[in-house]
Amino acid sequence: MAETQKGWKEIPIGGLIKEAGSALKYKTGDWRSRRPIVDLDKCTHCLSCWIYCPDSAVIVKDQKMAGIDYDYCKGCGICASVCPAKCILMIQEAEARKGESK
Amino acid sequence: MPRIVALTGNEAAAEAMRQIEPDVLAAYPITPQTEAVMKFAQFVADGIVKTEAIPVESEHSAISAAFGAASAGVRVMTATSSQGLALMWEILYIVAATRLPVVMMVANRTLSAPINIHCDHSDTMGARDTGWLQFYCENNQEIYDLMLLAIKVCEDHDVLLPGMVCQDGFITSHSVEGVKILDDQVVKQFIGQLKLHFSLLDVDNPITVGPLDLQDYFFEHKRQEAEAMKVAYEKLPQYFEAFSKICGKRYDFLDLYKMDDAEIAILALSSTCGTARVAVDVLRENGVKAGLIKMQVFRPFPAKEIVDAAKNLRALAVLDRAEGLSTQGGPLFADVCAALYQSERKLPVVNYIYGLGGRDINVDQIKNVFSDLQKVTETGKLEQLVNYIGVRD
Repeated sequence: MAETQKGWKEIPIGGLIKEAGSALKYKTGDWRSRRPIVDLDKCTHCLSCWIYCPDSAVIVKDQKMAGIDYDYCKGCGICASVCPAKCILMIQEAEARKGESK
Repeated sequence: MPRIVALTGNEAAAEAMRQIEPDVLAAYPITPQTEAVMKFAQFVADGIVKTEAIPVESEHSAISAAFGAASAGVRVMTATSSQGLALMWEILYIVAATRLPVVMMVANRTLSAPINIHCDHSDTMGARDTGWLQFYCENNQEIYDLMLLAIKVCEDHDVLLPGMVCQDGFITSHSVEGVKILDDQVVKQFIGQLKLHFSLLDVDNPITVGPLDLQDYFFEHKRQEAEAMKVAYEKLPQYFEAFSKICGKRYDFLDLYKMDDAEIAILALSSTCGTARVAVDVLRENGVKAGLIKMQVFRPFPAKEIVDAAKNLRALAVLDRAEGLSTQGGPLFADVCAALYQSERKLPVVNYIYGLGGRDINVDQIKNVFSDLQKVTETGKLEQLVNYIGVRD
């Protein structure tokens, strides 16, 4: 966001946001210390995770659980907790990143 | 035609509110403010005003409801005193920082403990840094007038800050005086319609009010708020002028009494100025060049005006109806000293704490303050920086 930062004379007063859905621009996934990993083979697509996710970070395609949007998932673990099929595993974010290419 | 009506300070506030006819009023009763809201509630019940009056369960709820309603873009008012203002605390900052021009009447009352329902300025002085404009009224006429003026300046699009119109609890809130009431139409034309730049209920232009604002933008929003208070200071004179055209009296940041050739003076707020004026008159009859600086607007703080008013003085006493408990005097004293520090000459300034918990102050006590000031001018020495009037040793 650094390149778009504006001065105090250029922004709406009072912290008002005049644009709907602007939270999409604010990627909060880097707050995460634990990452949910979904085993889609075991998933029954009950969508409990989608109902409970406080950040709307569960991706649903054709009425089926299709994964987690890591741009916004804060790693709270509610999805893993409510999953009746126990197919969501929370792992350490640092461990998950070790395996990712930069 | 304007008419003179016998009203208490609370009734004068209610009368101003009747004419302003806010879209929403959210309030909770507390002594000594109760009568203002009670009277206004009667106007609502009688169908005299179309205001939506919200009886809430606490002052925290009152100011929260005011915040919500104001976010919808409508004119909102409230009123409180003392512990009620204290309970509003966190939302006072939020209303100001969200730039909602809510106006409230405060009947000044001390803060517990020990519990006491009478006047001092501890409540609003504690709220002096919340971002609300603060007006202090000497009498019932000023309460009525400054309520109208406050609406006008707070709703200015370059200001958009809330404001408190403060009067001395019981001393004026429950005393009857003749108050000149302007015609309803004249008032309505003066204050006009509120046109806020947003409304939470405007579904065609969805907005977010009160979002998270972290290291990257919070400071910029606070900087805007500081600028708004500066603009309020710059624009107030044009509103004093505009208001003088309908009410006949020109208000100002300071109301100066016999200051042209004064050598010693007292600076004070609210009803005590009436007592001080009598003391000045008595001293003048005895050839003492005494004067009075009544501060009408405390936020924004009129620093330049104080320096100008004090430029020919040889000594000044600041009367605080609040104990700052800093060991360095009251809050008014601190701000006045800070303003005078911008002046090149070093004027001896002494502080007097008085009237806490409703303790009376009389003409003789104020004359004694002037005697102290005379001694300062003779000896050039300040015996004691912070003094107390009327407390038993």
